[in-house]
Amino acid sequence: MSTVTDTAPRTGAVRDQSRPAGQALAGTGTLFRFALRRDRVRLPAWVVAIVFLTLSSVKKATDMAPEDPEKAADMVKTLSGPAMLAMTGPEHYLSELTPASMLSLLMLGYGAILAGLMSVLTVVRHTRADEETGTAELVRSGVVGRHATLTAALATAATADAVLGLLLAGTLPGAGLHGATAGGALLYGAAITVIGLVFAGVAAVTVQLSAHARAASGAALAVLGAAYALRAAGDVGTGAVSVLSVLSPIGWIQRAYPFVDNRWWPLLPALALAVGTAAAGYVLSTRRDVGAGLLPPRTGRRGASAALTHPLGFAVRLHRGLVLGFSAALLVLGAMYGSILGDVDDMLKDLDDVREALAEAGGTLVESFASTVMLVVAVVASLFVVMAALRPRSEETSGRVEPLLATGLSRTRWAASHLVAALGGGTLVLLLGALGLGLAGAASVGDGDLFADLLGAGLAYAPALWVTGGVAVLLFGWAPRATALAWAVPAYGFAVGYVGKLLDLPGWLNDLSPFGHIPQLPATELRWTPLVLLTLVAAALIAGGLAGFRRRDLEAK
Amino acid sequence: MNASTTATAAAPSAASTTAISVSGLVKTFGSTRALDGLDLQVATGEVHGFLGPNGAGKSTTLRILLGLLRADAGTARLLDADPWHDAVALHRRLAYVPGDVELWPNLTGGEAIDLLARLRGGMDVKKRAELIERFDLDPTKKGRSYSKGNRQKVAIIAALASDAELLLLDEPTSGLDPLMEVVFQDVILQAKAQGRTVLLSSHILSQVEKLCDRLSIVRLGRTVQSGTLGEMRHLTRTTIEAETDGPVTGLEQLPGVHDLVTDGARVRFAVDGAHLDAAVRHLSGVGLRSLVSHPPTLEELMLRHYGDELSERGHTSAGAAADASAAEGSPR
Repeated sequence: MSTVTDTAPRTGAVRDQSRPAGQALAGTGTLFRFALRRDRVRLPAWVVAIVFLTLSSVKKATDMAPEDPEKAADMVKTLSGPAMLAMTGPEHYLSELTPASMLSLLMLGYGAILAGLMSVLTVVRHTRADEETGTAELVRSGVVGRHATLTAALATAATADAVLGLLLAGTLPGAGLHGATAGGALLYGAAITVIGLVFAGVAAVTVQLSAHARAASGAALAVLGAAYALRAAGDVGTGAVSVLSVLSPIGWIQRAYPFVDNRWWPLLPALALAVGTAAAGYVLSTRRDVGAGLLPPRTGRRGASAALTHPLGFAVRLHRGLVLGFSAALLVLGAMYGSILGDVDDMLKDLDDVREALAEAGGTLVESFASTVMLVVAVVASLFVVMAALRPRSEETSGRVEPLLATGLSRTRWAASHLVAALGGGTLVLLLGALGLGLAGAASVGDGDLFADLLGAGLAYAPALWVTGGVAVLLFGWAPRATALAWAVPAYGFAVGYVGKLLDLPGWLNDLSPFGHIPQLPATELRWTPLVLLTLVAAALIAGGLAGFRRRDLEAK
Repeated sequence: MNASTTATAAAPSAASTTAISVSGLVKTFGSTRALDGLDLQVATGEVHGFLGPNGAGKSTTLRILLGLLRADAGTARLLDADPWHDAVALHRRLAYVPGDVELWPNLTGGEAIDLLARLRGGMDVKKRAELIERFDLDPTKKGRSYSKGNRQKVAIIAALASDAELLLLDEPTSGLDPLMEVVFQDVILQAKAQGRTVLLSSHILSQVEKLCDRLSIVRLGRTVQSGTLGEMRHLTRTTIEAETDGPVTGLEQLPGVHDLVTDGARVRFAVDGAHLDAAVRHLSGVGLRSLVSHPPTLEELMLRHYGDELSERGHTSAGAAADASAAEGSPR
């Protein structure tokens, strides 16, 4: 019995070898099944999340496509503003306003980003990441053809994309979305599948270029970002500028207009691009060695600058990338929300429950909306603070801190320098979010005074960020294995502060969150007492955490 | 000035002749006893080998000496100071090379060397350049693209380019190729000639044989033997091969003789150091034609200490091996 099962794969391998044409692909089936097994949680989670996100927009899309022609005309006017078009898609979707076409407009672009992200990460994980860790070498020494790894990786991504598309096509017509025809849903699903394939192909190229997985996914995601930015610019622009969307594969699939025109042909160039990029990936892969990239590895300085060898300079260097990333993201996020601030009154006219919730905070509708946006900005900034404040922990568990703390650097100075970077960086990130919101908000409302108000509203959240960082430090000092609990602070702050507003939660639940004590500027008055108290709490948490770290064992790798 | 130099050199205090003094050190991780009363004495200026299998407690000892871990019991003194309370002051006087060097992926090797060396309080720039040349390291590569051996070189160069008076090296050459191993030995001998103290944890026996003045063998968190290689050899068995004029009889009745093989006029046996004289006299009584003796190698020394443990494990519990490796692994 056991002999039978033992020999079965072996005969398969021999058969592959005996066919010269199949040699380059030998082992693909096994690798493909192995990849699916490795991703048995990850990929279903991605697919379900994207489908869920799409279906959960059904209500929003229905609200935004009112049947009353007058209201509908208002909505079209609001949505055809440049800021809204940049965030959604081409204006043509508004020519036939139904809940289904509204969902297409709102979600096809975001769905494309998510499907692209899933595909890129999947392909990189099963090709370059394995090569970088060296496991690919082990695999390639077996009966595995030259193209088997890439083929298996692409097949894995394609499987996920196909399942995602089918699920969308199958669920959208039954989701209570008015105007969702079966044919339109099929096209919607196919568009998402095809754009996923495009970025799987893009990743197949980028993984050949650099020897590092991070650089490979970074390059592919840069293409994804550029594709989205091109279509945004093209959809907003007129005349020659509008051609830009035609340069973007996301622009192509959006022009299939599911639930509007239901055109299939725009998917063809996207499909051709997917095939072309994948083919380019195969060709490039034959021009390099396993483990090496086509581009030579970048080298750097022979020695350290004076700034780098100062503890603080070193911490800043380690946090630099994250600070820049979060700063850019929050600047854009703030600007996006800011640019629609002028339209808030129109947009929320018919959403009574939201208006009521916002009105509770006080101030005008614009002000209370801005203060809610500021909470979102602050929570995102606090994600940075948690990541950065927990960096010492990952330095510790990776074993990198051991030689560092065997020098003249004390534990306190080392941890404190990371903290300065985390709290200072967090404040900077927060400020940039507020800057984006302030600049774009003041411009869209046409009120210059709003700029300073919004900047101040952002800064008011800084003590909440410091408390969040303080909780992370306290855990790091006293319960280093439980540092992940620090994530509960932003999660709870968001849940209570944002979602809780709609649910009318008791006040003490809000008081448990550091964000709950921040005065909701500009909707309410500035009160200094909670800010000072929060700062003191943060200082106490940090002092306690550092004291704990000074007296505990360092955990070694 | 001259007088003061002579004074310090001529009259070293009793304490300053001992660089490391550890006694009865105990450290537990959960239910694992990584150190179980370990003793270690390292004299100033000597190269001291710290030998033992994986999980014996070598790295844990070094981490306690660095103040990264706090001992549960026992005392540890390093350069006349307390390794936990005076950690920072001590670290300016010592350099450390871990057995598994991890570098920052975005920093070049050169940057990492400077970072580690300057945070300790500076280094000899000429020495740095010389070591980079000798170890054949490309300092412009990023940390993530270095192999294990090259990461090891970065830490070795950062440690040896300093003027630290004490070097704590935890299996420093793991991952280095034999050529680099030779360079390493050369550099350590140089450091020794400069009067620096070196504690070298290792399980490469030839390295210890070449470099170390004295050595300590640890097993299951306890020191089982300490001394010079010569002293240890004296305590162990020498292998004798001899050809005699006639057949040798009665050798098996002598105390301390083991593994006797007789083949006519040829004999081969092992004899305990204390009984070597009697055995050789017995042979010369018959008439010696040729005599070959092998001093015990370090391998044999180690096997002698771990031999019982190995057989014990085989009989009593297979879990002992897992326990021992868990001791090394548990700080994770």
